[in-house]
Amino acid sequence: MKKYYFDHVATNPLHPDVLEAMMPYLKEEFGNPLSVYEYGMRAKQAIEDARGNVAGLINSKPAEIIFTSSGAEANNFALRGIALARQNEGKHILVSRMEHHSILNSARFLEKSGFAVTYLPVDKKGFVDPDVVKKAITKETTLISVIHASSEVGTIEPIKEIVKVAKEKNISVHTDAVASTGNIPVDVKDLGVDLLSMAAHQFYGPKGAAALHVKQGTRIVPLIYGGIQESGRRAGTENVPAIVGMGKAAEMAVEKMRSRMDHLIPLRDRIIDTMSGTENVHLTGDREQRLPGHASFCVEYIEGEAMLLMLAAKGIFSASGSACSSKALKASPVLLSMGIPSSLAQGSIVFTLGEENTSEDVDYLLNEFPAVIKRLREISPYAQGWGDREEGGECTVKE
Amino acid sequence: MKFVENVKPDVTTDIVYMMCPMHLLKLEEQMKELDQGQILEIITDYDGALEDIPAWCEKTGNEFLGMEDVGDFFKFYIKKLKR
Repeated sequence: MKKYYFDHVATNPLHPDVLEAMMPYLKEEFGNPLSVYEYGMRAKQAIEDARGNVAGLINSKPAEIIFTSSGAEANNFALRGIALARQNEGKHILVSRMEHHSILNSARFLEKSGFAVTYLPVDKKGFVDPDVVKKAITKETTLISVIHASSEVGTIEPIKEIVKVAKEKNISVHTDAVASTGNIPVDVKDLGVDLLSMAAHQFYGPKGAAALHVKQGTRIVPLIYGGIQESGRRAGTENVPAIVGMGKAAEMAVEKMRSRMDHLIPLRDRIIDTMSGTENVHLTGDREQRLPGHASFCVEYIEGEAMLLMLAAKGIFSASGSACSSKALKASPVLLSMGIPSSLAQGSIVFTLGEENTSEDVDYLLNEFPAVIKRLREISPYAQGWGDREEGGECTVKE
Repeated sequence: MKFVENVKPDVTTDIVYMMCPMHLLKLEEQMKELDQGQILEIITDYDGALEDIPAWCEKTGNEFLGMEDVGDFFKFYIKKLKR
């Protein structure tokens, strides 16, 4: 049976050209970049070339890129590193309720360590309001972290406006741009952020390579102590093949960004337009300010897990909530924070497209998905409503 | 240890929170960029620099002007004497 992969926000396949660029560093080019002889020098040069390409992708400078092992590490590093570096100025940080667990759990760690954390509310489309940010700022606030684009609902946040508010008060701004970097134009100078996280496997690079952009002049406490790799800010022998792959994927993302977006947007819009017209199916997130390949819905009276399994049986691979929430089998905190009742949030489903998806793939999905909904609704005990399980108030995603 | 105040540096390098031995690598790198007679300021939180930076100056023939303790960090001042 043919497989249809619609879960590109979970991860992407490695591009063959990226693999080819990595191969020498998995074989004969095995040197440690810190070694002074030729093997080491070649490995070091490969990393610096990759750094240049990654910097180019986000209009950063090579010296502002710190390679990490994952987007989660970059997020942990940013939050803890800045909160600790600036703790003498204040011990209050702001994070939005749209954040990934790597931000939320880092914030919880900081709370336990004596910091105050304000969790910024969002509206029903998942937007953080810059005025709400302004009101949440105190004299103690040193850092604001807001996700650039949500992997769960696709909403792209008004980071530039949030930065404007923060800069009036000399507050550092971090954005988790893991889902957006490489998929839409991301420019650190235009956004004005001090720190930005990204991960290679979100743009056809390998797992195990990611980066944190740290604006020049920003002090940050390391997360991992050891040697002088990454200018003494992130110790550990570099994952040279993965970093080389990230550099190649970044170079390709710059070249192909426009054509990839032009390919994805019409496919996404067909899914959204068709499914939004289906009874009891609601789009989550904003219609316009969303990631190019991202179509997410809540389906009433059906559980997301059931949809995932039935779709998988048809060869369609998708997600419910975020990748982690889906495994944890609980309603996504992001959807709940948007005011979606937990009964409806249970029926979350996310389709994320990639460059290898075709119009025929979308035809297949749009043929099978309504049939899955119909079948599940027939056997759902809640087909007529959630009864006593319904929470007070009406569904906020209904227009 | 020599203590100084109000030194006007020509170049400042902030290596706060960067791991050892970045204080020596950055020192060497920055000193190469300086002209003879110019002053470098290094800001660091690494207490090993208290010994290392004066020792480096003596070894390389540059002048260690002194340091300033500003609470959380140390500021070191080095004058370039040799090319």
